[in-house]
Amino acid sequence: FPGLADVSISQDIPVEGEITVPVGSNSPDEDYSTLDEPVKDTIMRDLKAVGKKFVHVMYPRKSSALLRDWDLWGPLVLCVALALMLQGGSADSKDDGGPQFAEVFVIIWFGAVVITLNSKLLGGTISFFQSLCVLGYCVMPLTVAMLVCRLVLLAGGGTMGAVRVPLLLLLHVFCVSTASTAFLADSQPPNRKALVVYPIFLFYFVISWMILTFTPQ
Amino acid sequence: SGAPAAEWGGFEDNMQGGGSAVIDMENMDDTSGSSFEDMGEMHQRMKEEEEEEAEGEAGAGEEEDGEFLGMKGLRGQLGRQVADQMWQVGKRQASRAFSLYANIDILRPYFDVEPVQVRARLLESMIPVKMINFPQKIAGELYGPLMLVFTLVAILLHGMKTSDTIIREGTLMGTAIGTCFGYWLGVSSFMYFLAYLCNAQITMVQMLSLLGYGLFGHCITLLVTYNIHFHSLFYIFWLVVGGLSTLRMVAVLVSRTVGHTQRLILCGTLAALHMLFLLYLHFAYHKVVEGILDTLEGPNMPPFQRVARDIPVVSNAILNTTAKAIALTL
Repeated sequence: FPGLADVSISQDIPVEGEITVPVGSNSPDEDYSTLDEPVKDTIMRDLKAVGKKFVHVMYPRKSSALLRDWDLWGPLVLCVALALMLQGGSADSKDDGGPQFAEVFVIIWFGAVVITLNSKLLGGTISFFQSLCVLGYCVMPLTVAMLVCRLVLLAGGGTMGAVRVPLLLLLHVFCVSTASTAFLADSQPPNRKALVVYPIFLFYFVISWMILTFTPQ
Repeated sequence: SGAPAAEWGGFEDNMQGGGSAVIDMENMDDTSGSSFEDMGEMHQRMKEEEEEEAEGEAGAGEEEDGEFLGMKGLRGQLGRQVADQMWQVGKRQASRAFSLYANIDILRPYFDVEPVQVRARLLESMIPVKMINFPQKIAGELYGPLMLVFTLVAILLHGMKTSDTIIREGTLMGTAIGTCFGYWLGVSSFMYFLAYLCNAQITMVQMLSLLGYGLFGHCITLLVTYNIHFHSLFYIFWLVVGGLSTLRMVAVLVSRTVGHTQRLILCGTLAALHMLFLLYLHFAYHKVVEGILDTLEGPNMPPFQRVARDIPVVSNAILNTTAKAIALTL
């Protein structure tokens, strides 16, 4: 066979590669490809996603970016921050009547679960964790307000009593509208929107109430 | 290359089976202790290997391989098969249990409402029915009652805060939620039990729905009287609004019960519990004590020292204040 005379592999080129034909789809390869990247890349990618969602909450639009790539980092951070700031600051006696950390935590997550179940039962197409993600991120304005109140308190400016009520009402309305916009972007049957918005309204009312009644010891 | 071709012929059979182009050496040793690792992938490959074994048993190459492996390879494969079976059975059982118990579709029919329906039912809950000889229809819906209970919780929180209620053991949030949900679920269960004893035609969901919508009157009353602190106003609201919603519930229950004694028992219990609950909510969570004494005592009397009330002992507080009020008027 004269044509095959040139077909020869020189010794110094190593032969490498895979002989096995993968059985399943290519998805295991895609997952493993992110295992080899440096940790900084992973963290930065997640941080960027969280940051993008924070920006989205401040300027609500009817986009589905919040819904599609859900993550629960932001809600966790916000919830923990809010619960830490609200801890035990609502009574002037030793027998604490104010919300404890566990209480705030449980209320936020339990409330979010109830709203999600309600929207699913009413025929919504949003998934469980997507809804938790939206509701958690929309707590951000209230957390920021709480932070501001606390900072003003630390700086010795008093409890901002008179300003708190209208500010919190405003933020409450803002949160509700953001959450509803994100939620109701084509994920609910059109004639039941009021039924879905009402529990969201109550949920953010309770959180605003907890912040409003916060008096430090 | 005749003999190698016969051996390698086995490989072509393998490839046509759609599996790997190479005999997987992983199967040949039994070194992995836990066969449960990678069960998902292994299951797929096991299936294909079983097919290949079935095909290739006639082939010489397979038999040679089997003899070559001996007992070690067999044990490895057996172990993996057993583990695989257990995994499959466990997975099937778990998914069956999950789909049975965690299926929210069980609740779906109870949430199938439109906003107009909810509004209509809310208004209806204040209108007593006239026809009590014909069983009245109760909508077995849970959205309205659930939202009303949450609204009551929110109103209670608002009222507790404006009255600076101090709660000894527990927290405001916990108390409010516990009270409202406890009333709704507890009294519904109790009334359902009584209805069962009295042979009334009502199901648990209907009872929950009826009582839930009866809380609409409570919500209105508390919302108004927590913000406008006229004591007589509360009593008027209590009688009128509370009374209307109680009458509605009682009428519906009566229409579904036969026998005078049974009707009396059911309606008396429900009316008493419902009206007393409204009374309790107002007095326990609201700064109304000072209201009474401010209107009764003159400017010379020292102001009433408000003491933190223990919520379960609220009846004592009422007793004390009524005693003081009576003493002042005498």
